[in-house]
Amino acid sequence: MPYYRLKDLIKAIRACKTAADERAVIQKESATIRTSFKEENNDARHANVAKLLYIHMLGYPAHFGQIECLKLVASNRFADKRLGYLGIMLLLDENQEVLTLVTNSLKNDMNHSNMYIVGLALCTLGNISSPEMARDLCAEVEKLLGSTNTYIRKKAALCAMRIIRKVPDLQENFFSRAKSLLNDRNHGVLLTGTTFITELCHQNSEALETFRKAVPLLVRHMKSLVTAGYSPEHDVTGVTDPFLQVKILRLLRILGKGDSEASEAMNDILAQVATNTESAKNVGNSILYETVQTIMEIQSEPGLRVLAINILGKFLTNRDNNIRYVALTTLNKTVSIDANPVQRHRNIILDCLRDGDISIRRRALELAFALINESNVRVLTRELLAFLEVADNEFKQGMTTKICLAADRFAPNKRWHIDTVLRVLKLAGNYVREEILSNFIRLIVLTTDLNAYTVQKLYAALKTDISQESLTLAGVWVIGEYGDILLKGGSFEEEEIVREVTESDVVDLMESILAGPYANQVTRGFVLTALMKLTARFTNSVVIQRIQANLERFSTSIEVEIQQRAVEYNNLFKVESIRPAILERMPAPEVKDETNTNRPTDDVAVGNSETGTLLDLAGLSNSGKAVETKNTVDILEDIFGNVATAVPTTSSKKDDIMSLFDIPNNTTTTATSNKATTVLGAKPANPLDSYTAYDENGFKITLDPSKDASSPNVLNIMVTFHNVAVGSQIQNLLFQAAVHKTQKLQMQTPSSTNIAPGSTATQLIRVANPQKTNVRLKLRIVYQTSPDTKIDEITEFSGFPQEVW
Amino acid sequence: MAVLEDLCPALKSLGSSCARYVVTRIGTPWQTILSVKMIFYVVIFSRHGKIRLKKWYHFFSERQKTLISTELTTLILSRKRSMCNVLEFGEHKVIYKRYASLYFAAGIDWDENELYVLEVIHRYVQVLDEYFGNVCELDIIYNFDKAYQVLDELIMGGEMQEPSRKAIVRHVTGFEKFCELDVITTNLKNTVMLS
Repeated sequence: MPYYRLKDLIKAIRACKTAADERAVIQKESATIRTSFKEENNDARHANVAKLLYIHMLGYPAHFGQIECLKLVASNRFADKRLGYLGIMLLLDENQEVLTLVTNSLKNDMNHSNMYIVGLALCTLGNISSPEMARDLCAEVEKLLGSTNTYIRKKAALCAMRIIRKVPDLQENFFSRAKSLLNDRNHGVLLTGTTFITELCHQNSEALETFRKAVPLLVRHMKSLVTAGYSPEHDVTGVTDPFLQVKILRLLRILGKGDSEASEAMNDILAQVATNTESAKNVGNSILYETVQTIMEIQSEPGLRVLAINILGKFLTNRDNNIRYVALTTLNKTVSIDANPVQRHRNIILDCLRDGDISIRRRALELAFALINESNVRVLTRELLAFLEVADNEFKQGMTTKICLAADRFAPNKRWHIDTVLRVLKLAGNYVREEILSNFIRLIVLTTDLNAYTVQKLYAALKTDISQESLTLAGVWVIGEYGDILLKGGSFEEEEIVREVTESDVVDLMESILAGPYANQVTRGFVLTALMKLTARFTNSVVIQRIQANLERFSTSIEVEIQQRAVEYNNLFKVESIRPAILERMPAPEVKDETNTNRPTDDVAVGNSETGTLLDLAGLSNSGKAVETKNTVDILEDIFGNVATAVPTTSSKKDDIMSLFDIPNNTTTTATSNKATTVLGAKPANPLDSYTAYDENGFKITLDPSKDASSPNVLNIMVTFHNVAVGSQIQNLLFQAAVHKTQKLQMQTPSSTNIAPGSTATQLIRVANPQKTNVRLKLRIVYQTSPDTKIDEITEFSGFPQEVW
Repeated sequence: MAVLEDLCPALKSLGSSCARYVVTRIGTPWQTILSVKMIFYVVIFSRHGKIRLKKWYHFFSERQKTLISTELTTLILSRKRSMCNVLEFGEHKVIYKRYASLYFAAGIDWDENELYVLEVIHRYVQVLDEYFGNVCELDIIYNFDKAYQVLDELIMGGEMQEPSRKAIVRHVTGFEKFCELDVITTNLKNTVMLS
C-alpha cells in the first residue's frame, strides 16, 4: 500500500516483526517517494520529505531527497521552509557540492522579516557551513550580530563562531560587534557571545589582548550569577544559570592564562565560586570542575591552588563515578605541574584500578604511572604488577612499556630492575614491545655482576612457562650467551629446592621450546643461535652432537630464514679453527643517551644525522623502531635486525660475531672474516665510468657504479666527495640517499666527514635492484664550509645507463 | 578496535597498536584538528539499540557515522547502570545518560567538561518534557521533527545556545503558530483570489 502518511509509515515500520520486513516496507516506500519526486508533485513533497527523513534516521539511503529539500527551502510557506532546512541539516554536510546551492536561499532568508526564518537560516549555517559558505555569508552574519532581536543575536554569535572555525581569516570582521555581546542583558546572547569570544581569543592573540580588558566585566557577571537569589527563568536545582557560569569560567581561563594582572583580577571570584558552590548535585560539581581547571591554568595564588586540589581530593572520594572520573582526569592534568598534593591520594587512585568501570580504570592507570618517582617506585610498581596480572589485554602492552620505562628511570638498584622486568615478562610476555626487550637484554649484558643471577632466574622461569614470547626470547638469548655461567653456578633454587643444571637439561629446555606450541619463526631463530653459541660453552661432546643433530634437522626447514641459519651453523662446524672466536660472547653495547632510553620510542625516523650511516628517506625500514647506530655496532639492531642496516666495513672479529645474529645479511655464509670483507668491500669487477651527481660551490660528488661480484642484482656505487675549490675544509658532511621503493639501499660509513681542500672522501652505497628498474637516486647533501654556513641541498640523479643496472 | 582505527587514521599509520596507548593524547591527530571544545554529535537510541534521533555538528564520513551509531550503541548498552556516564570512545569521549527507555548520548572533545555536557543533555530532556508534556519514547518517535526542532533551539554548531527552558519552548511553539497562521493566510488569499 503506497502513500502512507508519515504517521502511517512509522506505524507500519513499528509493526514489522523482522528486520527483513522492515527493509521491505522501507524499500517500497522509498521507491514510491522517489517516483513522486520525479513527478514534481508539489503537494506531496512536504509529506514525502518528512517520511524520507525518518527513513534516513533508521539508517537507509536518503540522498535522493537532497534536491527536494532545496525546493522546500525555496518555497514561500513557513512549514515547508522549516522542514526543508531540517532536511538539509540532516542529509547534507559541509563536503557536498549540493550545499553551495543553498547559499542563495540562506542569504534571502537571513533578510527575511520573520525572526524565525532568519533563525532557521542561521541555524543551518551554524551547523553545516562549509568554508565557501562562511565566506559568502560572513557579511550577513556580521550584520545580524547587531540585530535588535535577542533571538537572532544569539544565533548569529554561534554562527560567527562556526565561520571563524571554518575560515580563521574572517576573525577581524567580528571584532567590533563581539565586544558589545558581553554587555548584553539576555542570558542566551551572553552565553553564545561568551562562547564565540572564547573561540576568538583561542585563535587570535590580538583578540586576547583586547578582551583581557573585559575581565572586570566578566567577574561582575560571575558575581551576580553567584550571589543572585532565585530566578525561576535560569535556575537549575538551586544554581543560577550553570551553563553561563561554565562558559564565563572558561573564557576567564583563556584570558588569565599567562597574564598575572588578569589572573589577579579573577582570584577573588574564583575563590568565591570554589567555596560557595554547592557540591551535592551534578550541576554544582560541573561548575566546581570548571573552576578547578581555571585555577590550575591561570597564575592563581598558591592558596587557591590548594583549594582546587582539595576539591579534586573530595571529588575522588565521592561515591558518584562521574565525579571520580573527572577527578582522575583533572589530576592527570595537574600532576605534571605539581605531583605532591596528588601523591596524598595515591591509595584511592590505586583502588580505582580495581573499579568495575573501564573508563575509571583507564584514567587511574594513567595517573598511577604519572605518580611514580624515586621514593615510591617500589610500592607503586608492586601494585601495578599486581594489576598487570588481571588487567584487560588492551592495557597490557601500554602497561609493560610504561612499567619498564619507569623501572629504567627510577630503579633503586640493578637487581630490582632486572627482577621487575623479569616479572613483567613473566606476566605479560606476549604484550611486550621489541624495544623493551632489547633494553632488558642490554641491561643484562651491562650488569656483568648479576649475570649468574639473571641467567638462573630466566632459566627457572623458562622451565615453568614457555608461553610468553618475550620471556622465551630473552631467556633463550641469555642462556645462549651465558650458558657457561649457568653451568658454573651449578645449582640454583627453584621453589626453595636446590636443583642441578646439566648441559643436557639446557638442551632439553631448548628442544621443548622448539617443539612447543608457542614457537614461531623468531623464537626458532633465537633458539638455533643460542644452541650454536652453547656449542662453544659446553664441553660434553655428546651434548654438542645432540645440538648438531638439532641444527641439521632445521637445514631442511621450509622457513628460508631458519634454513639458512641452520645451514650456516652446520658449516661453521667445519671450520673449527675460528668457530670459538665467532661464538664468543657479545660485547657490551655502548650506553645510549639518557633521553633515548627514557622516552617511549615513537619516532619513526631512522637514521643518524651525524654519521649518516643509515638512512631512510624513502622509508625502507619497515618497523617503527628508532635505533640509533651511534658510530658503533648496535647490538639491538643486530639481534632483531630485520631492518636494512648499515654493515660496518671494517672486518674486526667483533663484526663477525655481530653478523651471526644479523638475519638479512648473507655475510655469514662465507664464515671467514677475510671473505666477508671481500664481499662487502668488493672491488669493482667491471669498472664503469664515473658520473657527476653534484657539482656546486667547488664541491663535487661523483658516483662510480659497479656490479656486485656476488650478486648480479646488487649495484655498488662508490661515492667520491671531491673538495675541488671550496677554499676551506668541508665539515660535518652528511650524505643521504633514497631509492625507489622497489629497490633497497644500504649505505656504509663514509671514509671521513671532513674533507680538506683538494682531497677526497668516499662512501660506498649498495643498491639491491631485483626488478632491474632504473636506478634513480634522491640525494641530500648537508655540509658546512665554515662554522656559520651550512649548506643543505636535495638533488636527484638518474643518469646511469641501462647496462649498469 | 575497528572503530578506533577508523576514527583516527593518522594514529593507525603510526603503526603498531601499542603506539596508540603510549602516545599521550596530547598531540594526537584529533587534538590538532579539533582543538575546540564542542559537542560533535547527539544520538538518541532505545534500549534495544534503535536510533531515535541523530545529529552531527562535526564532519564525519558516512562510514564513521555508521560505525559510531552501531558500535556506540552496543558499547553503551553493555555498560552497567552503576558505571560512570563517560565512555572513552576512540579519540573522543561520549557522555550518555539513560532516561526511561531512551539513551541520550553526546560525543564530545576530550577536554570538554563532562559534567557540563551531562547537564546539557539533562536540559534537553527537561525541555522535551516541557514541550510534549511528560515526554515518552513514542512522542519522540512520532514527532521526531519536533525533537529536532527543540534540539536546534538548544544546541547549535555544537554549542549550547539558550539556557532558559521556557524560552526554548516559547520559540518552538511560537514558530509553530507562525506556520499555522501562514497556512491559514495563504488559504484565505487563495479563496479571495478565486472568488
